[in-house]
Amino acid sequence: MMKNSQVTVTKEIADDNYFYLRSCIRQNFFPGAEKVFLDILKNKLGKNIIDNANHISCTGIGYHSDIVPYETYQAMVARQFALMTEQGLKNAAVSCITSYGGYNEVMKTWKEFPEEEAKARKNLKNATGRRFEIPENISHSCDIIYKFRHDIAELAQYKLINKQTGKPLRIVDHIGCHYAKIFPEKGIGGAEQNTVLSAIVEAWGGQSVDYPERRHCCGFGFRHYLVKNNRSYSISNSKKKFESMEPYCPDMIITNCPGCNMFLDKWQYALAKIEGKTYSGDKNGIPVLSYEELAGLVLGYNPWDIGLQMHQVDVEPLLKKMRFDYNPDEKYLDAGGKFMGQPEFTGCLP
Amino acid sequence: MRTLMQRLGEDVRLKEGLHACMSCGICTAVCPAAEYFEYDPRSIVVTVQSGNEAKIRKLIESDTIWMCGQCMSCKPRCPRNNCPGLIISVLRRVSQETGAFVKSRLGRQQYLILKTIGTNILETGYCVFPASVVPETHPEQGDVWRWIYQNKEAVYERVGANLDKEGPGAMRKIDRENLNELERIFAESGGNSFFSTIVKFSRAYAKESGFTDADGEPDMEKYTDFLLNEDNDEK
Repeated sequence: MMKNSQVTVTKEIADDNYFYLRSCIRQNFFPGAEKVFLDILKNKLGKNIIDNANHISCTGIGYHSDIVPYETYQAMVARQFALMTEQGLKNAAVSCITSYGGYNEVMKTWKEFPEEEAKARKNLKNATGRRFEIPENISHSCDIIYKFRHDIAELAQYKLINKQTGKPLRIVDHIGCHYAKIFPEKGIGGAEQNTVLSAIVEAWGGQSVDYPERRHCCGFGFRHYLVKNNRSYSISNSKKKFESMEPYCPDMIITNCPGCNMFLDKWQYALAKIEGKTYSGDKNGIPVLSYEELAGLVLGYNPWDIGLQMHQVDVEPLLKKMRFDYNPDEKYLDAGGKFMGQPEFTGCLP
Repeated sequence: MRTLMQRLGEDVRLKEGLHACMSCGICTAVCPAAEYFEYDPRSIVVTVQSGNEAKIRKLIESDTIWMCGQCMSCKPRCPRNNCPGLIISVLRRVSQETGAFVKSRLGRQQYLILKTIGTNILETGYCVFPASVVPETHPEQGDVWRWIYQNKEAVYERVGANLDKEGPGAMRKIDRENLNELERIFAESGGNSFFSTIVKFSRAYAKESGFTDADGEPDMEKYTDFLLNEDNDEK
């Protein structure tokens, strides 16, 4: 029997008319990433994407921390599909990796066990009166950036080049586990040879750098982060990744999962507090950006408009390498131009 | 009365996750939890596959099933297309439905997760929201998060979010009508009764363990403090 991870990738990515499904964690920690994604699709690529205020959490974090039963999770997913149906849209654009894995899991269950779909339909109808059609396409938002990576390259104001050396930026990627490990055929390149982020990096002029623990989990572990006493599991897994990246001297880490993006940013800080060291060769740490944020930079968006001041590991060293035209004095100004105060310090070590 | 194996088998995810394990152990080899804990997903699958009631009872009363991080790294590597992580989800469900979870330290933590994530979901429509990530209980979030937390309105507005306000956008306020739908879905699909089951067994365990008020009723604040500070050696 062929391994799952060796399946031929035949994934289709819809090219227009998306229903956007936000991520709890991305909205919370990197809201500018979701904003710039929508802006790129609408205003740079001319796509139709609907941001519907009625959609709510899929409850995926509750599901994987085992307090939300599968029947409830299925009904919550059914409600997202119902909102799409009511809007006349058939293509989901999913911001969250947990949700993305969850939607695919539910779709697979419904295919194999039609009685589960019937139960979800009944639960949804009884609770809300809503009905739904099965989406034609479910893509993660990184798939959509991947699909249009060459269009973005054509519009780019910056390449992923270290202008101080003239060489491509060295970029390591981290793929969120639920993007392709549960259903390898749903991720570009499958679970073992995933290329969704490396193809983006290369299309924009960067160098995608492999490292041994590229496929290792960031360590979220759901209950292992949610319960404070368990967090050593989470940080230990991230440490394993940083140790694996360190010899390859990356200029940045690119991620496709909101949670991973947050953990790889914050755990560098926590590890520096614990160990008194970083994995970057400087005091700052390795900047961690999502594909939307990186697309925003390539397209020349103001880094403070897209929320890069919300990262613990400072992005300014990366901006300087790119010779990005930005104003550091605007970093902590509010929407009206008034100083908001600033963090006690950014980066990992003072 | 249904056997544990019958209860496990009623969940379609057992059929999806367990075909015929040949015990090769690749799931354990790739498992981040196996690297961190004394943990072996291979032996869990073997136990479930055996159908041995006594062994399954022991398993769902133990810390073991709560060690999995649900990353599902086991899934793509299994040559038989099993998914130990999914089997774990089914074991955890039955552990909670039968009250077995309160017999282990890691299992008892479900009450803490219910109080945080469960409450967040029902009250706000989000699993996580900015006011819930309190810097004092999340020191790992660092100085930048502390600054964001202390200047939430201005920072979220600056980056184009719609924090706690009507209409679409990041971290918008989920209105009452949508929260009512969420509540009705939980009521209709068994989510509420599952929450109640976790609370019922947690209260019984709290009482049995002496976390009671002056009237002899469970004192869940004391119990929560106990859970937050419970270390490996206490039980």
